[in-house]
Amino acid sequence: MSIDIRQFHAGFFEESLEGLSVMEAGLLDLESGQATEETLHAIFRAAHSIKGGAGSFGFSRISQATHHLETLLDEMRAGHRSADAGVLKVLYQSVDGVRAMISAAQAEQPCPEAQVQAFEAALKAVLGAAPASGSAAQADAPAPAPSSRAAWSIHCAPAPGLLATGNEPLLLMQALAELGELTGTLIEPQGEDVAIETLSVDDCRLAWDLTLVTDADEATIRDVFSWVDDCCALTVTQRAATSPPKPEATAPVAVAATAVAEQPARLEATVAAPPQLPTASIRVGVDKVDALIDLVGELVITQAMLHQAVSGLDPVQFERLHSTLEQLERNTRSLQSSVLAVRMLPVGTVFSRFPRVVRDLADKLGKRVKLVLEGEATELDKGMIERITDPLMHLLRNALDHGLETIEERRAVGKPEECRLKLSARHASGSIVLEIEDDGRGLNREKILAKAIERGVISERPATDADIDNLIFEPGFSTADAVTDVSGRGVGMDVVRKNVLALGGRIELFSNPGKGTRVAVRLPLTLAILDGMSVAVGDEVFIVPIASVMESFQPQPGQMPPLGGQQRLVKVRDTYLPLMRLADHFGLPTAYEGPGIAVVVEADGRRLALMVDALVGQQQVVIKSLEQNYRSVPGVAGATILGDGRVALILDVSRLTAVSALAIAA
Amino acid sequence: MDGSQSASEPKRGLDNNDAGAEFLTFCLAKETYGVDILRVQEIRGYDSVTRLPSAPDFIKGVINLRGTIVPVVDMRIKFNLGEAVYDDFTVMVILNVAKRVIGMVVDRVSDVVRLVDEEIRATPEFGSGIDVHYVAGLVERDDQMLIVLDIEKLFKSKDMALFDAAVAA
Repeated sequence: MSIDIRQFHAGFFEESLEGLSVMEAGLLDLESGQATEETLHAIFRAAHSIKGGAGSFGFSRISQATHHLETLLDEMRAGHRSADAGVLKVLYQSVDGVRAMISAAQAEQPCPEAQVQAFEAALKAVLGAAPASGSAAQADAPAPAPSSRAAWSIHCAPAPGLLATGNEPLLLMQALAELGELTGTLIEPQGEDVAIETLSVDDCRLAWDLTLVTDADEATIRDVFSWVDDCCALTVTQRAATSPPKPEATAPVAVAATAVAEQPARLEATVAAPPQLPTASIRVGVDKVDALIDLVGELVITQAMLHQAVSGLDPVQFERLHSTLEQLERNTRSLQSSVLAVRMLPVGTVFSRFPRVVRDLADKLGKRVKLVLEGEATELDKGMIERITDPLMHLLRNALDHGLETIEERRAVGKPEECRLKLSARHASGSIVLEIEDDGRGLNREKILAKAIERGVISERPATDADIDNLIFEPGFSTADAVTDVSGRGVGMDVVRKNVLALGGRIELFSNPGKGTRVAVRLPLTLAILDGMSVAVGDEVFIVPIASVMESFQPQPGQMPPLGGQQRLVKVRDTYLPLMRLADHFGLPTAYEGPGIAVVVEADGRRLALMVDALVGQQQVVIKSLEQNYRSVPGVAGATILGDGRVALILDVSRLTAVSALAIAA
Repeated sequence: MDGSQSASEPKRGLDNNDAGAEFLTFCLAKETYGVDILRVQEIRGYDSVTRLPSAPDFIKGVINLRGTIVPVVDMRIKFNLGEAVYDDFTVMVILNVAKRVIGMVVDRVSDVVRLVDEEIRATPEFGSGIDVHYVAGLVERDDQMLIVLDIEKLFKSKDMALFDAAVAA
């Protein structure tokens, strides 16, 4: 029987990459001085898991490469080594290297040997030149130094959930006994939680005080407990050594002495912290969640059909039926929001990779940047998170490259040397707003204007400053004098805007010369459901997204001045708006001769009045894809199924306003 | 007439060449055509088609097939095969082609026939509206000419413009 072990590989890759992110975040904290006791342990645990997993699944190169990394981290967390700049640099390099190895394994590509050997060498160098000189011996020769048997006191107190994780204290004892002579006493549980009636058979409520006489070193002893790191409080202290002190306690004796003395204190401190229980979550494949969302969508449609079928019945006679259906509608809406919430993830998952990028880039460009993240808990649909990451990254790089000044430049204009870059997320009336704000030099309007005229994008100076700012969204635009590998190719802002629009969102730019720039990206909360206004055009029903609708009215003859040709205008209070007859635009026959209704919509800062036969109603619709079996239709964003089973098309307001603007300009 | 009747043909693996393969036969303007039965998902009546803006006239629009949006084409219009009449007998064959679901309007659906390779003869140039390029071959059965279509080639072709260029490639 052969089990295809590759199905487990995916899990290992995912978890390892997450572990690497945890490590990176920890390293950043260490660098910025925000680290706690727990940080080092978390970094170590992550490395340890990767090494263990790699070994289990046969990725021996990865396991080998992470061994020294683990050793270095172990020294750090035991207090034998401090996290100075040199050490951190090697750690960053190692994290990148391991990530490259895992990505290569995931893509079934060969291991990037050169990169791996580079960080392995760097690690060995750091380990070799050590404040705790014995660690070199420790790294290369796990075998204990000869004749250094020592007695160790081990206090082991498993958390109640230990047994549930598949671990068994007996096995731990057996492993310890293999290292030397093991004796110990059982500590019986005391106190309130011992009443037999309340005890759960699955809990472990015992603890032990053990004595182990062994030549093994502390790391080996701790290794026995590595699998229960999270669910067992552990203290390991060396009693009076029966032999010369271990080599690691040499060189700056004072340092070593305090290091060893500090150990118990530090260990007590960490033991005192509550044992880390695994967080209550499960991994679910995205396709399962999508299937669930589809089913809920169908439920919404079916419920709408029921509503329609019943609407003709007398409310008094069928009172029970009506009220029960209302109940059903409420339940369906709750179910719908809950299921959609399943796909929502905190934006923090996107933000998490930015600190590292900002740090590396700022370093490279000779700028000092403080990245402030706000609103990481704000939630966004997973599909959107994936598609917004690259645009956000580009905006950040732009800010770093063009917006923020170098240290000298800032000094020269009297600004604090450290630039401030803020990335924030918040909810605002049915949308999520992501903002990137910097206190840099703002947009250089004259340069932009000059470039735009030179490129032929515009022929004369636009009316407002905001219009000049928005020129950077034009394709091929860049004021950079040279193309760096960071930016300047001029493909950026145009693509960013396209991506944002494709998600149904909007992007706005606000620049304050000399003070800074702010870019706001507004995204709808969800991709699948839309609040729509249904309108009738001929025999067909179209859906207009409510978010785009400004107002609707019945135009009087006097409001529509006749103009030659296709284009028509309608007067709305004091301004004239372009008028588009949907029947004409879509080539649909309509026998309707009446006044019709004008629906004013807005998108991308442009307004348009759509001429329809009548307003039908307002409803929440489930967006169905046209491209799945057909292809995209200009002017149509998607389709939906109405309560009576018919298909209605959803208007692409952004495109319609663009088309109408072009028609006017022509 | 009730809207949908499902084809009751069970899904079968491809038979070996000796036994031949099965084809669904249907009528388009007095000619009989056949398509590989494995491509046929179901057969429905014709109703409630939502028009698509700016679409060529042989693409009638889209329908709601149990929650999926499916485009509907009328070959009679595309290949000028005579008058396109929509009456109680008009039927839609729902096909599964190139991982997409598409509906095709026909005048009438006939039997399912089993054809062996030998029976399918090469196509001479003849006056049928459908481009010879999309015809897999001709078969004579019971004094009747059966035109076997290569439905995948037909739907994927550029001038049908059913799919975005990326898919048709």
